[in-house]
Order: sequence, then structure tokens, then C-alpha cells
Amino acid sequence: MSTQSTSPAGGDFVSNLGRIYTIYTGGFIGFVVLLAVLEQLGVPNRIIGYLFVFFTLGVYALIGVMSRTMAVSEYYVAGRRVPAIYNGMATGADWMSAASFIGMAGSLYFLGYDGLAFVLGWTGGYVLVAILVAPFLRKFGAYTVPDFMSARFGGNFARFLAIIVLLCCSFTYVVAQIYGTGIIASRFLGMSFELAVYVGLAGILVCSMLGGMRAVTWTQVAQYIVLIIAYLLPVVILSAQKYGLPLPQFTYGQALQDITRLEQGMITSGLAGASLKEHVAPFTSYSPLNFFALILCLMVGTASLPHVLMRYFTTPSVREARVSVAWSLLFIFLLYFTAPAYAAFSKLEVYQNVIGQPLSSLPAWIYTYGKLELVKVCGVNAIDPQAIMAACAKIANHGDLLRLPDLAINTDTIVISTPEIAGMPYVVAGLVAAGGLAAALSTADGLLLAIANALSHDVYYKMIDPNAPTQRRLVVARVLLVIVAVLAAFTASTRPADILAMVSWAFSLAAAGNFPALVLGVWWKRANTAGAITGMIAGFGACLFYLVVSRYYPALGASSFGMTSLLNPITGAPVVDVAKALANPATADAVLASKVGWFNVNNISSALFGLPIGFAVMIIVSLLTPAPSREMQNFIDEIRKPRGGTMLKEKSA
Amino acid sequence: MLTSQDEVYWTRTRKLMFVMLGLWIFFGFIVHFFVNALNKIVILGFPLGFYMAAQGSLIAFVVMLFWFARSQEKIDRECGVSEDE
Repeated sequence: MSTQSTSPAGGDFVSNLGRIYTIYTGGFIGFVVLLAVLEQLGVPNRIIGYLFVFFTLGVYALIGVMSRTMAVSEYYVAGRRVPAIYNGMATGADWMSAASFIGMAGSLYFLGYDGLAFVLGWTGGYVLVAILVAPFLRKFGAYTVPDFMSARFGGNFARFLAIIVLLCCSFTYVVAQIYGTGIIASRFLGMSFELAVYVGLAGILVCSMLGGMRAVTWTQVAQYIVLIIAYLLPVVILSAQKYGLPLPQFTYGQALQDITRLEQGMITSGLAGASLKEHVAPFTSYSPLNFFALILCLMVGTASLPHVLMRYFTTPSVREARVSVAWSLLFIFLLYFTAPAYAAFSKLEVYQNVIGQPLSSLPAWIYTYGKLELVKVCGVNAIDPQAIMAACAKIANHGDLLRLPDLAINTDTIVISTPEIAGMPYVVAGLVAAGGLAAALSTADGLLLAIANALSHDVYYKMIDPNAPTQRRLVVARVLLVIVAVLAAFTASTRPADILAMVSWAFSLAAAGNFPALVLGVWWKRANTAGAITGMIAGFGACLFYLVVSRYYPALGASSFGMTSLLNPITGAPVVDVAKALANPATADAVLASKVGWFNVNNISSALFGLPIGFAVMIIVSLLTPAPSREMQNFIDEIRKPRGGTMLKEKSA
Repeated sequence: MLTSQDEVYWTRTRKLMFVMLGLWIFFGFIVHFFVNALNKIVILGFPLGFYMAAQGSLIAFVVMLFWFARSQEKIDRECGVSEDE
């Protein structure tokens, strides 16, 4: 189409990628240095923060506008011209959300070893992506995951089911990202939360609306560079300060030793109860079954989430799609193997300089974040020493020293507070804010595109109006994109209570709904339409049932579906007295929420039921019904061979 | 239609997939069953069981994927199904 040869995102752009992004990275570092100088000259922190956010948003918007397109294949799959390494970076940004950037280190701080289930689960899934799914979908030439389901499993009913699965996993996820931008902007810039949500919305729309996948790809590469620099820099400086070696991933071993020693000391001195969870000890928060179930659900979910799989539709070849998965994981790995270092350094700081100190002489950062309502001492926000001394005085037998149970830190604080704990200038904190925003925006872009593409390509073009001209399809795609984005931003601005928990559900839902059909669709020729449809309904249904009942109708689950109390992973005792809770029907659901289940499985791992049911139903029903046609078998043979170009041709563009 | 070369291609591809799946199960799950035993070994301050979950398995996944991409490409070429580029 007309824009390809003339626009900056055309052929010239792709051949000059290395130079362009090197200049961009250099420019960004120069910008950080410039702001550091401005800070020394006395420019107020607030201005530095705003400059960071609006400069980076401006760059993303510029890339978004320059990559505008009116070609269908550019809009949906970036013209399939994204080289493996850049697609890897884009996938990294697509994948690492606000929760990974800001929240992961905090979870590792609280959960210790058990939190590593997230580190493992969110990386190992890429092995499944590479060996089972992505190259074959790339060969098929789909625009969306439902496209593949429809072609392999007999048309629009399978497509419809795949759309339902996609909407269920992606919508809550995108709401959580926009919520994340609101939190970051309001914390760092002092904007009101609601205003920040709509600034985030604007940031997302300028990147995705004009250029679809093409614009999102090139902004995600830019966002990856910002987020990885922002994540690594503070902890690298901290490691160099403390251990004289700027490699936090290696030096935190020393911190782990110190933590273990201090934990023993706190128990001996009575500053911590015997219930203290040792940082390196396994299975203190999750039972072994739940730990491994969570890893499995997160990994299989990774290989089933449409916004991730969609990224591999943009590579120039099947071969590049495989290489690209490897690059993706390398870029993701850089952040995930650093997160435990953040957790260890923060924990060491808290154990060394906070716990056991007199209440009157706690470090200043406690109050900085107490004022943001992120740190509580003795149950009150740590605004100033008087407030916490008054609160602690109300506790019986409380001495003058801060004990471990007195301190409550919000998970988000760990990454945010590191620059201040290490005594770095404000410019580093501004950088972290820009990185968090990049992480949230890039993930939101990818998700939004996945949802809007499913609605415009699958629902509108394939199901409602298959004769729609190219022009109209692209207009519809953009209108739907804006509608979904506004809806998501509105939902986020109401601050829905369960939003963060729902994100972790998305992995189980995607796994149970998509994985059996995707994998058997490629790897088992005998899988047929009836099997896939019943398998998707059964697997997804079982997973959804378990989630909804255990979270929202636990009393019903306990009384009618045989759910029992989950067990404490250390003592093995039930965490809640079900019979006592049921005796008072008015409060039973609130008391039991997410505390009951089958076989002591947390609802975050509900795909542990959905996956085997989905596979079993799909296999049994397929075997009981006639084998797929000869043409379908040939179709599968073609998908399996890299040679021969994509199988699905765009007829009009 | 399938030629005999295509059959060979798919047999080798499937074998590689199962090797990868086996490694994935080992580094994703099996090695972590032994976390308590491994934690008794401490290297550079890291208890080994903790280290495997925090870094060791991740490094294995990354290396596995680059190795997989190369091996599969070799199979593609030898069986004459690689893309013409």
C-alpha cells in the first residue's frame, strides 16, 4: 500500500533499525544525564518527574504517529517484517507488565523462595511457546489466535469460543495495566489517580491507534529499552556501593547469608516470633503442591495468552519466529533474574537498619513512603515519629524497639524505594517511574490490540461482514480500539477491588481454554472439531467454575460442591473453620473467600483442574467422532513444514 | 501430500520437541523437588536450591531455546523444508 515505501517505518527503517535504536538509546541516556545536571542546578523534583514522563510519552507518540498505516497486513501483523531480535525486545515489553516491574520484587520480598514460582512460571512458559505453538501459528499466517482455531476446527463456532477466552483473559489484564499507570503517575507526580488514568489512556492510544501492530511493535522496542535501563540502574548502583561489584545478580548471595543470620538473631532476641518465614526456606507460603501447580499454570498460561502469541505473527519467517522466542526470553530474563536481588537487598536493609531500632530513630525513607500510605508501623501510616510512637504505645508490652510484626510494607515499595535507600539523587527515582510507565503502557498496548483485533478481524470481518472493503475494516478496527480502551480506562478509574488478583487468573483461564486446542491442533491430526469445541468448553468452564465459586460463592462451594478449607503450608492445619463460618450465612462468603477449594489447591492455580479436563474431553470426544477430513490432514501437514509461505492469504491487501 | 522426506522431517522434529519437553520438565519442576537437599550446598552465598529457582533454571531455559532454534533449523535444512530466503 501507499504508505510502505515513503513512511519512515518502511523498508529503509527496517534496514536501519540497529542505528536508529542505538541513537535512541544514546539520546535517552543523554536525557537522563541532562536531567541529573538540572537537578544539581536546583530544578525541583516535581519538574524533573514531569519532564521524564512527558518526554518519554512524547517519544512513544512520535513513533506511533510515524508508523501510521492504511494497509491491513501492516495494521495486524506489522507487515511480517520485524527481525527476530527486535521482536524479542517488543515481546519483552509486551510481556513485562506494571506488576512485573513494580510488584514482582515486592512479592519476592514477602514470599521468599516461594515467590520464585512466579520467576520460574513467567520464564519457562517460553519453552512451550517455541516448541509447541508459535512457529506453527506463524506458518499458518493467522492475524489472531481465533483465526487459527477457526481454520483448524471447522469455522466460526470455534472462533467464537476462542474470542470468549481471549476477552476473559485480556480485558481484566488491560484494566490492571491502566490501573498501574494511574498508581505510578499519582505516586511519582502527585497527579490525581483519575487524571493519571486518562493520561495513561492517551499514551496508549497514540501508540496503537494510527499504526496498529506496526506502531505498537516499534514503540514496544523503545519502551523495552527504557524499562530495562530503569530497572537495572538503581540495583546495579546499590550493589556497587555495598559490595564493590556492579553485578547485583551475583552479589546478593552475600545478602542472603546476612539475611539468614539476622533472621536467627531476631528470633533469639524476640524481635520476631517463631512464625518468621525464612527467606531461603521453601514452602512456607505455598504447599509443595501449590508451588508446582502455580509454576505449571503460569507456564502453560504464557503459551496460551493471545497477546503473547500474536507477537510471533510479525516475524519474516518461521525460522525467525523460533529465534525470536529465544531472544524474547533472554530480554525477559534480564529483568526476572534481577528481581530477587532487589528483594534481598531491601530485606537486608530492613533487617539491618529498621527492625530492632528505637522507634525514635528509624531511617528517613520509612516516613517518605509512610506519607504515601505505603509503609505502616504498628497499624498506622508512618507519617512521622510521633504518630508511630503513639500507635506502638497502645500495644501491650511493646518496648521502645521496632519489632518485625510491627512493620507492614506495600509490595510496590521495594522497587520504588531502592533509589532513596541507596541515597541516589531524585533523577534515578524519576527514571524508575518512567520505566514503570513504559512497562504498563507497552503491555496495555499489546493487550488492547489483541482485544480490538479479535473484535474487528474475527467478529466484524469474519463473522458479520466478510465482504467489507479494506478501508472500512481498518476504520472499524480503530473505532473498536478506542471503545475498548475507553471502557478499560473507565473500569480502572473506578478502582475495582479484585483487579490485581484477576490478572493472575488470566493465566489459568488462558491455559485451560486455549492450550489443549492449540497444541493438539498442531501435534495430533486426529483432533477434530467436536473434540476441540467440547474440550474448550469443558476446560475453560471447569477453570472458571473453580475460580468463581471459590472466590465469590465459597459458602455454596463448601456446602454443595465438597470444597474444604485450604491448609496452612507449615502446620498443615485448616486456615479457616468452615463449619463455624457456614453457621453464620450472612458473613460466610466474606470469611471463606479464596480460602476453600478441592485438594488444597489455591484458586490462582485453577488450571490444575481445567487443563486435564480440557485435554481429556478433547481427546475422548475426538476419538468417539469421525476423524478430520483428508483436506484437514493435508492442512496440518502444511502447517508443520516451514517451507512454502503463509497459508492464509489476505485477499485485498 | 507427504513424501518420505517429510515423514523423516516430522519424526526428527517430534524427537527434538520431546527432548526439549523433557529438559523443560527437569528444569521447571524436577530439580526443584530437591530444594531442601540442594540448599545444604552453598556457593558464593547462594543456597543451591534457591539459586536454581532464582537463576539456574532460567539460564537453562534461555540456552535451551537458542539451541532449539539452531537444531530445528538444521533439521529444516537437511530435510529440504527450510524457507527459501
